[in-house]
Amino acid sequence: MMSDLNTLTISEARDKLRAGEITSTELTEACLDQIEGAGALGAFVHDTPDLARAQAARADERLQGGEEAPAMCGIPLGIKDLFCTKGVASQAGSAILKGFKPEYESTVTQNLFDAGSVMLGKLNMDEFAMGSSNETSTYGNAVNPWRRGNDDAALTPGGSSGGSASAVAADLCLGATGTDTGGSIRQPAAFTGITGIKPTYGRCSRWGIVAFASSLDQAGPMTKSVRDAAIMLEAMSGYDPKDSTSANLPVPNFEAMLTGDIKGKVIGIPREYRMDGMSDEIEKLWADGTEMLKDAGAIIRDISLPHTKYALPTYYVIAPAEASSNLARYDGVRYGYRAKLAQGDGITEMYEKTRAEGFGPEVQRRVMVGTYVLSAGFYDAYYNRARKVRALIKRDFDEVFADGVDAILTPATPSAAFGLGEMAQADPVAMYLNDVFTVTVNLAGLPGISIPAGLDRQGLPLGLQLIGRPWEEGDLLNCAYALEAAAGFVAKPGKWW
Amino acid sequence: MSIDLETAAKVAKLARIRVEPDALPALADEFNTILGFIEQLNEVDVDGIEPMVSVSPMRLARRADVVTDGDQQAAILSNAPDAREGFFAVPKVVE
Repeated sequence: MMSDLNTLTISEARDKLRAGEITSTELTEACLDQIEGAGALGAFVHDTPDLARAQAARADERLQGGEEAPAMCGIPLGIKDLFCTKGVASQAGSAILKGFKPEYESTVTQNLFDAGSVMLGKLNMDEFAMGSSNETSTYGNAVNPWRRGNDDAALTPGGSSGGSASAVAADLCLGATGTDTGGSIRQPAAFTGITGIKPTYGRCSRWGIVAFASSLDQAGPMTKSVRDAAIMLEAMSGYDPKDSTSANLPVPNFEAMLTGDIKGKVIGIPREYRMDGMSDEIEKLWADGTEMLKDAGAIIRDISLPHTKYALPTYYVIAPAEASSNLARYDGVRYGYRAKLAQGDGITEMYEKTRAEGFGPEVQRRVMVGTYVLSAGFYDAYYNRARKVRALIKRDFDEVFADGVDAILTPATPSAAFGLGEMAQADPVAMYLNDVFTVTVNLAGLPGISIPAGLDRQGLPLGLQLIGRPWEEGDLLNCAYALEAAAGFVAKPGKWW
Repeated sequence: MSIDLETAAKVAKLARIRVEPDALPALADEFNTILGFIEQLNEVDVDGIEPMVSVSPMRLARRADVVTDGDQQAAILSNAPDAREGFFAVPKVVE
């Protein structure tokens, strides 16, 4: 019997499962054990051990069958609470969905289950994926397994996929699903020293994922390595007629594209990402990453993406506008929470009280901002203008790709993980700045990957982001694979939980 | 553009979120911070630019207008806070 099976990567576990050295049941029990002892991380919010054991037993049968089992067969995963999972609580981190147990399975989780994956439970997140620190969750904070040296202050794992990041970084599971609307996979991956990829918009079906901003939302994997990201992304992806924006394109074998050979690839370094007041550590990380890609044979080219500074304000029109429409469905009628009504209250009071009590402050704020920018008289000034600027942001990328750039290297975040509660007194816009390097990618619908590339002076992980051409996740993953090899990031958080 | 208390109250009403009158000043302040941030977009020259409709240059998929599913009453009502006799139940709407 091997110890520490929970610390395996997906690719290592796959090889051992196929070779019959371990069983999915052993692997699953090792993870369940770890989860039980990791309450202090606040990562798992709904545990599903019975389901996990049943899925593991089925996976073990399949692994012993005549045909080679899929790569994800028997791999224990955590699932972000934003995914609807049949018969299992799916609350999107919100009180307004308390008690909601979907009657259906999201396409992405169904794809993973069809491939034989095991669900250990649901993972913490910011309410409706609105946040960058996991502090807006109805379940309370998820906590970063990393700490600043010997300081025991609790740090954020980032957000909105904070539970996913914390769980993978702490080896509670082999991989986790995340979703990314403005950076919600890549920022938490960077804060916790793991890998996270947001694929091209349309690569993963959005069906059964609680909607935040439909034109920006994409699911993706959060894993311990680039190879794992390639394996898991392939299993999550695919055309789905139930999502009208799902791309009817074949899904390549991403793992087979990991050659590590990036000779002659053109890597763009966008000058607009060099922000005023950028810390010297981030600047050095970025320069080091550039050097590593150059040493691996890539051609480095300075590029310009002139509308970068307008990405965040554009996002904070479009995302709230879409959210205000999507979240109109939470009315206390069909599912979730309904407020207790007073004598004489009518249906309007029911809506207003239910939404005031069920939504947290950040969600209320964004729904109301969205309502405002879509309201009569302001639609053109705000919403239509933002959609025009979005077209310009996308055009910036189109032009550099047309000029022969294969991928773009940027920092993933403006800083390392900050302390939980440290941003409490800041205005909402200060928190929004976390997404300054990631949000452009959602607005342009591109694939983007964050990989751990170094530690800061306090011993916290820092990430670099690579941005790829649409539908060329395989190429992007290969660039990330080369960077991962050069960076040689192997640090792990010391166990305190 | 600055949001006053009356506008904040109107937006809350449109969003169907109850906001107590004593919470309106703080809400209006937050709106103004966020809208102040968004105002930067006025610097951008957007003449002749079409507003983006879809991020990938593909037409939205269409399907035949036919029934593909049904007989799901129990499943649909299973999560309702109040369901009676096969219907969602709400406070009286029409006197």
